[in-house]
Amino acid sequence: MTKAARLATVSGLFLVAAGLIVWALSAWLAPGVPGGVMNFTHAQARGRPVHLTVQTVGTIGFGKHPTWVSYLVRNPTTGKWVQNTSWELPAYSVIDMTVYQYDTGSPLRNQKYGQVLGVIGGTATLNGKSFSEYNSNTGNGFGHTFSIPQFGVNVPLVGVSSTGNVCGSAPCTTQYAHNIVNFSFKTPGPGSYYWQCFVPCGVGYFLGNGGPMSTQNYMGGELEVVNVS
Amino acid sequence: MTSESATKAAPRHLRRVTLIWFVSSVVADLLFWFLAGPHMPPGRMTSTAASNQSDFNILMVVALPVLLGVWEFILYALITWRSKRPGVPEPIGGPAAAGNQKVEVSWVAITATLVILLVAFGTVELIVNEGAGAGEGPNPIWQPAGVNQAEANALAGTGTWAPGGNDILVVQVIGQQWEWTYRYPTFGGFESQQLILPNNTTIAFNVTSLDVIHSFWAYQLEVKADANPQVNDVAFTKTRQLGNFVVRCSELCGIWHADMYDYGKVVSPAAFLHWVTTSEAKNAANTADLPAFAWTYVPDANGAAGGYYPDGNVTPYSRVEVYGSTQPGS
Repeated sequence: MTKAARLATVSGLFLVAAGLIVWALSAWLAPGVPGGVMNFTHAQARGRPVHLTVQTVGTIGFGKHPTWVSYLVRNPTTGKWVQNTSWELPAYSVIDMTVYQYDTGSPLRNQKYGQVLGVIGGTATLNGKSFSEYNSNTGNGFGHTFSIPQFGVNVPLVGVSSTGNVCGSAPCTTQYAHNIVNFSFKTPGPGSYYWQCFVPCGVGYFLGNGGPMSTQNYMGGELEVVNVS
Repeated sequence: MTSESATKAAPRHLRRVTLIWFVSSVVADLLFWFLAGPHMPPGRMTSTAASNQSDFNILMVVALPVLLGVWEFILYALITWRSKRPGVPEPIGGPAAAGNQKVEVSWVAITATLVILLVAFGTVELIVNEGAGAGEGPNPIWQPAGVNQAEANALAGTGTWAPGGNDILVVQVIGQQWEWTYRYPTFGGFESQQLILPNNTTIAFNVTSLDVIHSFWAYQLEVKADANPQVNDVAFTKTRQLGNFVVRCSELCGIWHADMYDYGKVVSPAAFLHWVTTSEAKNAANTADLPAFAWTYVPDANGAAGGYYPDGNVTPYSRVEVYGSTQPGS
């Protein structure tokens, strides 16, 4: 090999190595949103409420953590259930949410989150019945909450009985025990926000707040609120 | 230049440098104090914020002459004794470049005295301002008069507060992953996601956590206290101005730590009374489900199916240990 060829080889390898380091560093520093952001801005006609349908399951049944609890969202285009918790929503718009709650329940750590807060009309419906407060120490407790602290939104999701026909793997269908919770809220101006669950449902993790509670696409995610032209 | 002529020239340099330093220091201090000082963070929304701003400004007024003295001497030396200038002293190591013991001793003595005085000043400010808005733990050393009674009344549910009075308002700050909530024991112990405070009132913040370590930082109020589970961390301030403030968590606490912030408001006493009584009534059903007001609440091992989380000696589903519940079957 000539001296020029050796130099070119070494330089090339150096550039590849440098590129890999830069790529790894940038991926580490700015990982983006795992699984991408599901777009709901074009799902409905402009000015009409956006329909967002989600389900909660006790065990996702697939992926890296099949035993973890998780949310799933219905893809507005295909109608399929997808494990994705980061959504793009239109600013200053009404979001109509339907939650299919398939998980069993437990008490809240802070009963403050037994209140329905920040939703249009001040109430949500549980299987068609309106409610604004629910004591998580009664009945089946709460499977989860759907909460957006920055919007002041909090809706408790009442659990199903653990002795019933509990769904064991996502996506669940209505043949399994479930509760349906409906509510609406309005998005504020454009910005990056987040939502989470306030039930410490990370079973097996410190104080129940690790694992799925601290991993995107399980019990919380990002909300990208954007202006829609 | 001979050493004799250099010795003769030295006093002239000293006088000149001193004069430049004195004039520039006075001008800089006056400009800072009157133009920049009033705008220094964190503002003057509370007694602790105002004292923090004043302390910062005093430190700056003391530090500016020191800073200018160093910069000006370097600049003066670079211009006056640069090597290309005729008649300058010998390079370092020559007799005229040797140390000046009087200057060295004076420099060390003056700056050391300044530091010692500032330590004393800072300590006095900490004591006089009842901890200067910092969390002092469950048994504060420095506290406003009457706070023990106010806290005892708050715990017993017999606290009072009315516009125009001198009552201390006890507010409990509760951190949890990943939101702050606030309890007002003087008003039935309801819990709110909003932190609203009355103006011209001494506030006793009682800060705790339901899970991991957080840190309550109300920047414009100049209040900062760690929120530790099972610890009541108390901090004091007195509101002085109407306005909005930001509350942040300043302890890395998990995936949504960066989003654990909200906005509070200092309102007029009449507006506060209206808000707090309205909120008390609106939250009555929720308050009935909360545990009795206490300084701390043990973050229990509850969760899906309950009791799965090893957390030391905490008994899962204890009636008294779990925040917000009387657990079924306990």
